[in-house]
Amino acid sequence: MAESVVYRQLSGPSTRFWALLVLLAVPLALGAVSYFYMEHNGHIVTGMDNQIVWGMPHVFAVFMIVAASGALNVASTASVFGKTAYKPIAPLSALLAVSLLVGGLTVLVLDLGRSDRLIVAMTHFNFTSIFTLNVFLYNGFIIFCAVYLWFMLERRMNRYAKVVGMGAFIWRLMLTTGTGSIFGFLVAREAYDTAILAPMFIVFSFAYGTAIFVLLLLAVCRWNRQPIADALIARLKNLLGVFVAASLYFVTVYHLTKLYTTRYDDLERFILVDGGVYTLLFWGGQVVLGGILPLILLFHPRTPRSGIVAACALVALGGLAQMYVTIIGGEAYPQILFPGSIVSSSFFDGVIHPYTPSVPEVLLGLGGVALAATIVAVALRALALLPARLDQVAGPQA
Amino acid sequence: MSAEANEGLSRRGFLAISAAALGGVMLAPGIRLIEIAAARAPDQPASKQVRWGLLIDTNKCEPGCDDCVTACATENGIKQTGHPRTDSQWIRKVELKDMRSGRVHSAPVMCQHCAEPPCVEVCPTGASFKRADGIVLVDRHICIGCRYCMMACPYKARSFVAQELTDQNPDVPRGKGCVEGCTLCVHRVDRDEQPACVEACTKAGHNAMIFGDLNDPQSEIAQRVAKYASTQIRADLRLDPGVHYQGL
Repeated sequence: MAESVVYRQLSGPSTRFWALLVLLAVPLALGAVSYFYMEHNGHIVTGMDNQIVWGMPHVFAVFMIVAASGALNVASTASVFGKTAYKPIAPLSALLAVSLLVGGLTVLVLDLGRSDRLIVAMTHFNFTSIFTLNVFLYNGFIIFCAVYLWFMLERRMNRYAKVVGMGAFIWRLMLTTGTGSIFGFLVAREAYDTAILAPMFIVFSFAYGTAIFVLLLLAVCRWNRQPIADALIARLKNLLGVFVAASLYFVTVYHLTKLYTTRYDDLERFILVDGGVYTLLFWGGQVVLGGILPLILLFHPRTPRSGIVAACALVALGGLAQMYVTIIGGEAYPQILFPGSIVSSSFFDGVIHPYTPSVPEVLLGLGGVALAATIVAVALRALALLPARLDQVAGPQA
Repeated sequence: MSAEANEGLSRRGFLAISAAALGGVMLAPGIRLIEIAAARAPDQPASKQVRWGLLIDTNKCEPGCDDCVTACATENGIKQTGHPRTDSQWIRKVELKDMRSGRVHSAPVMCQHCAEPPCVEVCPTGASFKRADGIVLVDRHICIGCRYCMMACPYKARSFVAQELTDQNPDVPRGKGCVEGCTLCVHRVDRDEQPACVEACTKAGHNAMIFGDLNDPQSEIAQRVAKYASTQIRADLRLDPGVHYQGL
């Protein structure tokens, strides 16, 4: 079936394409300006400090990195699990995966205190560090996806695509395990220090990546004025629904794990009951808008396509809310050095740490999103990665 | 006959002298290492025979007194810039009130110089490292400012330099965009002096802080740790910090 798929580039007049690039250049430029502003003045111009050491750039970066591995789902489902219905859109899936990863990593690197020393991070390795492992996992993922794309598109290499696809699938599971373990293996903070974060991040990645992929697929089909079969969208939305439900399940188990341990009661109270913005973002953002509402939209039999678009957008926004709660909420809750004592110090021991994201931080994060979008746009215009027809889809057994 | 005997004797003598000389050459560096455990020459590497540590007696630590903090700031060129949330604090005084008994006491908290430091484990470039003698440091040449060590430190002991620095102490180079923390005044320790905080505490007459080699049974710190009950902060994590507390 894959052999018969005809691929083409993003169509339409070049003025329309250039207009899109100009539109994307705005957040890209703002992101670049924000980076230079932060780099020149130091992190004092951000909302981050010695209490909240990772802030908004990390929310965007980790979200995109997690979503990147999930964006490869469609390609994996096609190659690894033999679902031929997804084969025509597998290249788009691999492209989105690489683009999101590059966007996320760019934000992460530009937030470094010494981003000029990136070469040091590439030449000095400490193999007990999850970050070091991630340097290899991230670079390996990009290489895997690139080779995978090539094998999918090059007729002579098609027969090896399944093997590389299998490798990429295993690699992406390791990658997200690595991303979840950045937090999961931290004994210092109560919100982390649990192995469930790794599988939970994998399930989150399935949901976020698939949601963004569906949004992209519908957007390019609209751009190309290309009809897309309802059956294909129905399959994708059901897949997304399962991932969203699984994400909610993991979130429940994570909080039950913490609730069951008496010493984490205060942390749970903070996140679930009286943590202000974190409680609001958890229940309102992550659970209701990013979980329950999309589930209703995705599984309701009469949801129109606009409802599916809304559900995907909500899952992505819920993902950002989840990252905010996980990363910043986890830091805002104080580290308990002296259990059983009320403490105070000039270094803000024992108090909830406030955090207000600064404009440059947010713009840097949005710049990363714009970078991912730009890579996708340019690649789709330059390379024939889109199937010429999507109005016919293989049957349910395919 | 006597000439032969003399000849034999001199051969034996030669062998004995050679053996003694060879043994001396082989053993001397080891003996020398033990000798220099307390103070070492500048060209000698730090010795793993030594484990530098602190013993802090919170019963003697005066609430409200921050002589140790001031001394640290002066020694290491740390200045308050009016931004308390981003200003570096290598040592801080934590005031404690027991929730059940109401007992009030006070303790300085700094890098705990763990035997198993999480900051060293997570550092991607190896900039966070533990010296052979147990002092945990940051190599400012290869720190990329990712702050993973700050996420990983259970003691909130590290600070990130968030702005340009001026008037630095030449002994203690620091830099914008890098993470830093208590060095146990390594530059003083290498000169066989006490860390500035300990010196200030002694000078103030509190004597709440003792610095020394935990591995040397003759040292005051080792004897006190052996004789009196002491604890380490978050001992449950089993990181074996080099900073011990009495009275917590």
